[in-house]
Amino acid sequence: MNALPLFASCAAMLMGLGLYALITDPEPLRKILAFNLLGSGVFLAFGVISRRVAATEFEGDPVPQAMTITAIVVAFAATAMAVALVSRLVEAGGRATVASEASEEPDADGGAS
Amino acid sequence: MTILLFTDVCLVLLVLTIGASIVRARDAFEAAIAFAIYGLLLAIVWVRLAAIDVALTEAAIGGGMTGMLLLGAAARLRLAGDDHIRASLRVRLAAGILSALVAAGVAGAVLLPPEVIPTLAPKVMENLASSGLGNPVAGVLFVYRALDTLLEKVVLLLALLGVWSLAPDGAWNGRPAIRLYARLNGTLTFLAQLLPPIGIVVAIYMCWIGAKAPGGAFQGGTILAAMWLLVIVAGLESIPSIGGTWLRIMLVIGPVIFLAIGTAGIVLANAFLAYPAGYAKPLIVAIEVALTLSIAAAPGMLAAGPPQQEQRQ
Repeated sequence: MNALPLFASCAAMLMGLGLYALITDPEPLRKILAFNLLGSGVFLAFGVISRRVAATEFEGDPVPQAMTITAIVVAFAATAMAVALVSRLVEAGGRATVASEASEEPDADGGAS
Repeated sequence: MTILLFTDVCLVLLVLTIGASIVRARDAFEAAIAFAIYGLLLAIVWVRLAAIDVALTEAAIGGGMTGMLLLGAAARLRLAGDDHIRASLRVRLAAGILSALVAAGVAGAVLLPPEVIPTLAPKVMENLASSGLGNPVAGVLFVYRALDTLLEKVVLLLALLGVWSLAPDGAWNGRPAIRLYARLNGTLTFLAQLLPPIGIVVAIYMCWIGAKAPGGAFQGGTILAAMWLLVIVAGLESIPSIGGTWLRIMLVIGPVIFLAIGTAGIVLANAFLAYPAGYAKPLIVAIEVALTLSIAAAPGMLAAGPPQQEQRQ
């Protein structure tokens, strides 16, 4: 039970890491990865919240846990859809980036998130 | 307790390191491999949070299925050539500060618990007995929040429709372009022959035990999907074309039976998705069995991607 603040900080850091990558990385596939990272941080924070009730007679709150299971499945469906869109984008345009056209000047764009 | 705490510290450090390596990886393929490992590590964190159901789902879907999906995509996109472009220092600095602020805010919100912890756990446990289920998470999924679970299955089907609709016109009713690694007498072929019988038994067990212990339709279905994909990737069985009658029946049977039982509830139990008293458990098990079949088909086809014109070897 001592470890709860540890997991809470871990969840927050994962969210920060995911958000950072989501903004700075111009490749769509890596943006999807970053978004999943961000999402897993959110799920974990929810898990920590569910575990808070361990002070009472219960091991964990089943309501947030059930919602997390649904969330993981929906996140997977959204990821699959996004990956298919990126694949189609590459097939159609031959380019896997959303960075601005001037690639010599990587200054221009951080990503259209 | 101290040893456990030490393990937890190591676990968190490992999760954060792997998370950072996803972000820092040089190409997308590397990042996808790191992501699969990350999913499995996260499952251990969920075990430490006493959420076994979530841990099983995370390992199966978050790590396994998403990992497979991303690996396939990264391999395909690699051919298109992606050189890793980084944003400028200014953008990275600003993004870093923003992300750190968000992380600090969230950490503050989660670390400072309210005086009275809001929870529905006592109410869930109070009424669980009348449903005949022993697993409170299954209770929430199939009794209290059954509508969420039903709609989630519909989301899976919608996502699959979306993926399929990205196929070029001529490829409709074709087969997904999953890569085959067929090599006679290879390790993969051996594993694809050895593992499925074990996997199928584990999946049936998961589905059955879900009513009273951690497990259930999601986890069982995903294991079935994994076994199916293993056999397909090893080249022992060909992937069905998306127009196949059996495939389509498999895909919709879960939501259809769920919806039928839910609608029958209007007549028999006076509410949509309510179960008549005394029949809750058999009905829920019936729904779970049907859902297991659908879940075996849907994520597998999602991971396989849109159909392609000619069959790639």
